[in-house]
Amino acid sequence: MSVDGKFGDYGGQYVPEALMPAIEELEDAYERYVLNNEDGFMDEFRTRLRDFGGRPTPLQRADRLSERYDREVYLKREDLVHGGAHKLNNALGQVLLAKYMGKDRIIAETGAGQHGTATAMACAHLDMPCEVYMGERDINRQRPNVFRMKLNGSEVNPVTVGRGTLKEAISETMRDWATNVEDTHYVIGSVVGPHPFPSMVRDFQSVISEEARTQAREKMGRLPDAVLACAGGGSNTMGAFAEFVEDDETELYAVEAGGSTLDVDEEAGVAPNSASLTTGSEGVLHGARTRLLQDHDGQIMESHSISSGLDYAGVGPELAHLVDTGRVTAVNVDDDHALTAFHRLSQMEGIIPALESAHAFGYLEEHSEELGEFVVVNLSGRGDKDLESAIEETYERDIDIAPNMDEFTGGL
Amino acid sequence: MSLADAFADGPAFVPYLVAGDPDYESSLEYVEALERGGADVIELGLPFSEPIAEGPTIQNAIVRALEGGMTPERYFEFVEDLDVSIPVVCMTYYNLIYRYGDAEGPRPFVEKAADVGIEGFVVPDLPAEEADPLREACDEFGLDLVFIVAPTTRGDRLDRIMRQVSGYVYVQARLGTTGAKSDVSDQTGSSLDRLSDYDVPKAVGFGISSGEHAERIVRGGADGIIVGSALVDIVAQGYENDESAKTTAERLETLAHELKSGAIDGVSQRPPHSERT
Repeated sequence: MSVDGKFGDYGGQYVPEALMPAIEELEDAYERYVLNNEDGFMDEFRTRLRDFGGRPTPLQRADRLSERYDREVYLKREDLVHGGAHKLNNALGQVLLAKYMGKDRIIAETGAGQHGTATAMACAHLDMPCEVYMGERDINRQRPNVFRMKLNGSEVNPVTVGRGTLKEAISETMRDWATNVEDTHYVIGSVVGPHPFPSMVRDFQSVISEEARTQAREKMGRLPDAVLACAGGGSNTMGAFAEFVEDDETELYAVEAGGSTLDVDEEAGVAPNSASLTTGSEGVLHGARTRLLQDHDGQIMESHSISSGLDYAGVGPELAHLVDTGRVTAVNVDDDHALTAFHRLSQMEGIIPALESAHAFGYLEEHSEELGEFVVVNLSGRGDKDLESAIEETYERDIDIAPNMDEFTGGL
Repeated sequence: MSLADAFADGPAFVPYLVAGDPDYESSLEYVEALERGGADVIELGLPFSEPIAEGPTIQNAIVRALEGGMTPERYFEFVEDLDVSIPVVCMTYYNLIYRYGDAEGPRPFVEKAADVGIEGFVVPDLPAEEADPLREACDEFGLDLVFIVAPTTRGDRLDRIMRQVSGYVYVQARLGTTGAKSDVSDQTGSSLDRLSDYDVPKAVGFGISSGEHAERIVRGGADGIIVGSALVDIVAQGYENDESAKTTAERLETLAHELKSGAIDGVSQRPPHSERT
């Protein structure tokens, strides 16, 4: 575990000076409340995760996938966490921490809206005012999530600069924080940003692997041969991996969004994927040194993925370090295969996965034979939020197993 | 001329513009107009795609400059093409410095900057904790490294920054991002008080937009004023209204003159006990 905020060469605290005192205050609170359970913070967090969040989530045997791939396939059901994704684990932890720190205002960024909705729920639950920054384009793509945030009493602030997605929303939330740093806590949504965020978010999410490890022993009498998790910023990834990192018998696979292609258009500043572990290079963005999608000069590229939750040009510094050291294997699955896997899981297991999680199942389909006898896939969220875009994207492609939705063509 | 020299004769006026905003040739004229208006140092922005410390005015300027084709390489040419005698400070974000050239780290960027005559750097996303590699490269090539001191900076942090700073210290007048305001924060005075024991010029920025602001800030003890968004606004208006570059340059020169005059007036109004050495 890193206490100095460095993971090899990655990590650090690259933020404006105005934020440094707040970062130092947060470091102190992280060490006291999270690492040392001062005032029973972690006990209260775990209790609320259970009663409000619905934990522990099951480790469920996927019967038909196990048959299809001729090995034991288990699903860690983070889609069953309140709100429909693993995001609540972190949001609840940080909003509660902000209360312990005496802050009286919460801000957050959101891309797809999953982290925003989780933060809005946590804030309503813990009676904290909340403002969420969201790119204008994402607001239009993810309207149900905007409604959910507002229903929970949060304000949603549109970000109109740039392309209007997650990258711009993070920058804008950092600007708000720099303005209102004295009374406001910034609930960052992934294992990214300046120290202590990457470590702290990992610790809040590591409940996933802590449960999965115990459940694997109960159900199979041993640890899995492989754990698969999708990777954008990397919060479900680090959550699913953290407690397995010391287990040499368990291989860890971070499945990135291969988008439409891994090729990069330097001229247009576009990387039509979000595979910063696979194709990125070292740089500094949003407070940390990590692997980034950037051009030759160091300008950040516009990323792309069919799943907006993976659509980010950076990745958590610890995950980047674990890939560099060989502990985690970075792989990727493109839009087409992720969408096919979305339909497969929906039909074979009765679970509609988030398009993010579908990437992990896309990798399982292509490479199951390399993954050993016992595979755990982190099902990071449910797909209800993705129904419209999944149906539209399906219509544009020729996917054999997809249902016929022609009656809706033009009507969506 | 070094940065120290620029602050030697009375209050320094330090304007900021984004290089290449909205295009290369106009931008050269604008910087030169600022020198004619009385600028003592120019903070010249090298645009980065994720400017987390900037408000909307400068964000938009950065977008215009990037769309106009500004890159680190073009920026260095721009500095060489500039016909000014005042020192140029490069203001940019760390990733561009870190990524430049073939070698790891900031050294190639600093070497090139020294080569084209840049005198120093301001890097808003590089706190003192992470600044050692850049500080070492600056020392090697004889460049200054300016740090920002925020209203929230106190105690040990202030000492740490003031040990690393050279040239001048950028005193952030209020919390938040860059941007012109109709009034100037009261936080400035207490920031200057905290810095009074340190022997380095103090330039105040964030929100200064008029000669009257400049006068008040200097009267309060500042050794210089930094003005960005109010000037960038003129460039933006010129761009939006299709003004000739000459007209925009004249308007920049006029505001520069007002700001510089305000700063000079501020010195004469200082109460005697606040006179600085």
